[in-house]
Amino acid sequence: MGIKVSLKVNGKAASAEVEERTLLVTFIRETLRLTGTHVGCDTAQCGACTVSMNGRAIKSCSILAMQAEGADITTIEGVAKADGTLHPMQAAFKEHHGLQCGFCTPGMVMNAIDFAKSHPNPSEQEIREALEGNLCRCTGYHNIVKSIAAGAKAMAAGK
Amino acid sequence: MNAPLIGARIARKEDYRFLTGAGQYTDDVTLPNQAYAAFVRSPHAHANIKSASVEKAKKAPGVLGVFTGADVAAAKLGGLPCGWLITDVNGQPMKEPPYPVLAQGKVRFVGERVAVVVAETLAQARDAAEMVDVKYDELPAVVDGRKAIAKGAPQIHEAAPNNTCYVWALGDKAAVDAAFAKAAHVTKLEFVNNRLVPNAMEPRAANGYYSRAEDSYTLYVANQNPHVERLLMTAFVMGLPEHKVRVVAPDVGGGFGSKIYLYAEDVVVTWASKQLNRPVKWTADRSEAYLSDAHGRDHATVAELAMDKDGKFLAMRVSTVANVGAYLSTFASCVPTILYATLLAGQYTTPIIYCQVTAAFSNTSPVDAYRGAGRPEATYVVERLVETAAREMKIDPAEIRRKNFIRQFPYQTPVALLYDTGNYDATLDAAMKMADVSGFSSRKKSSEAKGKLRGLGYACYIEACGIAPSAVAGSLGARAGLFEAGEIRVHPTGSVTVFTGSHSHGQGHETSFAQVVADRLGIPIENVDIVHGDTSKILFGMGTYGSRSIAVGGTAIMKALDKIIAKGKKIAAHLMEAAEGDVEYNKGVYQVKGTDKKKMFGEVAFAAYVPHNYPHEKLEPGLNENAFYDPSNFTFPAGSYVCEVEVDPETGKVRIDRWTAVDDFGKIINPMIVEGQVHGGLAQGIGQALTENCVYDASGQLTTGSFMDYSIPRADDVPNFQVDTRETPCTHNPLGVKGCGEAGAIGAPAALMNAITDALGVKDMPMPASPQNVWNALKNRKAA
Repeated sequence: MGIKVSLKVNGKAASAEVEERTLLVTFIRETLRLTGTHVGCDTAQCGACTVSMNGRAIKSCSILAMQAEGADITTIEGVAKADGTLHPMQAAFKEHHGLQCGFCTPGMVMNAIDFAKSHPNPSEQEIREALEGNLCRCTGYHNIVKSIAAGAKAMAAGK
Repeated sequence: MNAPLIGARIARKEDYRFLTGAGQYTDDVTLPNQAYAAFVRSPHAHANIKSASVEKAKKAPGVLGVFTGADVAAAKLGGLPCGWLITDVNGQPMKEPPYPVLAQGKVRFVGERVAVVVAETLAQARDAAEMVDVKYDELPAVVDGRKAIAKGAPQIHEAAPNNTCYVWALGDKAAVDAAFAKAAHVTKLEFVNNRLVPNAMEPRAANGYYSRAEDSYTLYVANQNPHVERLLMTAFVMGLPEHKVRVVAPDVGGGFGSKIYLYAEDVVVTWASKQLNRPVKWTADRSEAYLSDAHGRDHATVAELAMDKDGKFLAMRVSTVANVGAYLSTFASCVPTILYATLLAGQYTTPIIYCQVTAAFSNTSPVDAYRGAGRPEATYVVERLVETAAREMKIDPAEIRRKNFIRQFPYQTPVALLYDTGNYDATLDAAMKMADVSGFSSRKKSSEAKGKLRGLGYACYIEACGIAPSAVAGSLGARAGLFEAGEIRVHPTGSVTVFTGSHSHGQGHETSFAQVVADRLGIPIENVDIVHGDTSKILFGMGTYGSRSIAVGGTAIMKALDKIIAKGKKIAAHLMEAAEGDVEYNKGVYQVKGTDKKKMFGEVAFAAYVPHNYPHEKLEPGLNENAFYDPSNFTFPAGSYVCEVEVDPETGKVRIDRWTAVDDFGKIINPMIVEGQVHGGLAQGIGQALTENCVYDASGQLTTGSFMDYSIPRADDVPNFQVDTRETPCTHNPLGVKGCGEAGAIGAPAALMNAITDALGVKDMPMPASPQNVWNALKNRKAA
């Protein structure tokens, strides 16, 4: 019993035989051992599992691995440069103290990068609305909002 | 390098790993031959177990073992202990019914652990858990603390008649009653401090591993105090020697109190790992977290404040029923007593206070400390009473506070605490200015012109942090002292590893503690690393809760640093052929007073480890020191919050328009981190008052068991915060620090409810101020 799933993760081909019911997040965490993508709930509310699939931020807990067949996935491990330099959005989170325990952070960053592509200079309200699907219990969102505003500008400036 | 590090906004050392997905949380730890556990949980709030058939589950694919209450009883695993003994009004000990790790013949809340299935994969374990066939005889349940202690309520434990754990009191009732009889005015409120679910973003997890080769256990666990976890598990539950058990709390994704406790799952996976000779991992899904994490708050209170004709406080009288849930969790008993009633003086000179607390068992998940732990409940009592009293007596709410502020320190309160220092005018004045309170009336008119209601509310909170002076804690019932340990290991070339018994699960200790050490030693912060969370590396520790890390753990580190510097002076004196008393240490340099003879810190460290020229007859080589610190008093952070809301009367929706927080945390190590702690605390306090509510139906089913039913604040529920600090250093620790982790959660609910009741023109309304509750309050006001 099982199904072969082949996709691209952080630029590298990945292929494995998994149970049909395997969620994409389980495939990423357990099969590929990329544990930066987190699971914070079971109702697709918290966003800790957010990854980029074919350029769009998605919640990897809410699709099956086999639905990602052939997809191009980027996880938090694939965001920084190869030499370890942080992506501008990651750097903005660090500079503005946009993280505390770090558990929601990968999902926040993945969502923020996608958001910033279409919002190079977002307002506070736009950012707060864009975070509807990402829960944080530590920061009160205050510094996440600041981080995303700064990260979006840095991304736009770096283009 | 010589710029002061204390007080500097230094970006966090730990952030890189969290930002790149390299954090290692418990569920990220997968061991060779890893097996997975799934728990079978009670679907009933109260029932006798008739039978539990596991045969089908045992035969399911991939299953390695299935264990029930009978198995853990046969193995003589003890129940989960409670760490704090409360003595009741009659001098009798509290009732401590057993809290088995797997149910013994009876279940007492939905989600209680009945059996565990361990399998090769998590999916197989969960599939097989569905096959465990448990037959129950349902019993009537009771979920409300007040109903639980009423006549005729279902009896939950044989050992606790009337479901009463204890009736406890503090203060002189007769004197308080007499003061009330003479008062010019009495303000009275009756309210519920709503039950909350902590909801750290990382669900609880535990991965137990037994090594036959070493005859020892390792437990990876999402926990705030690994040494306490180990002590409770080994000495009180499993009967193991501590040197055979290593507990690692690696990166932990938030705690807020919920990961202080020893939970049944931690014990069961550790025990099962030996039975099966496999590492056994369990990770809660969010639904399990809602059912089985210790909840917070859940007080039903009647509170009264007596005043003279000018609004001077004469006495306070408080009666609370605290729902402790089905069993006593690790610190459940001290939260509604020692951490609650002792804070009822607040920032005021109220001369006499009487508080009585009845702790009630109910068919709900155990209740224990949640961010603030007793102090938010106390602040809610005090600050809702004070604001209401001001309105009733037509005194400005800031003015009535100023009329009653404590201004002489040290100040002995009537509820056992001795405040060492404070300046409550400073924080209130600053907060009012920042909040532009003087412009409120014109903003209110603008809101009215739009058909909206605007209100303003204050909260001036105090908290006792840095638990605890061990002797005081012991006299109040703590079954362990609450000191902290720290160790400084200087390496041969002068870099430093610090081992702390405090634990960081978001607080940023790896940075702020490194700032303290680098500042004291005068070495670059890059040369200092902090190690925490592993009983095999750290001598001992009581962990992180109650905003104690910097005040207690930081002071232990300071004491160890003093020893390092003192020993370094001896070595430097020898190297420079000077008298030890003539050597001074300053910013990384040992210098003979009045000369240019000097040795760098690194040179002395090198000499300590590679001692060719060393006073062996007088001094051991090496530069490694540890220290234990037991504080002489609590610390007393305090502050003033001003909240302004706009309410839409058509929908009942509350919008927080502005939030100002001015806190006095004493000396601040890293303002960036402190502000982050305040923001997060405020959001949790706002959550309690605006969006969060844990609800069991009458049969004991949890009806708010997911993020879709229980609403923790989202980004658009909270405002942009204006925060600032004032600095009155703590008088009894060398850093002058007080602690900042819980302030926001303590002060925010009262400030917000004061603002909302002001906007609505009602005396009181229940938390949370959901649109429905607000709309009902407005409807009732119109009807009245």
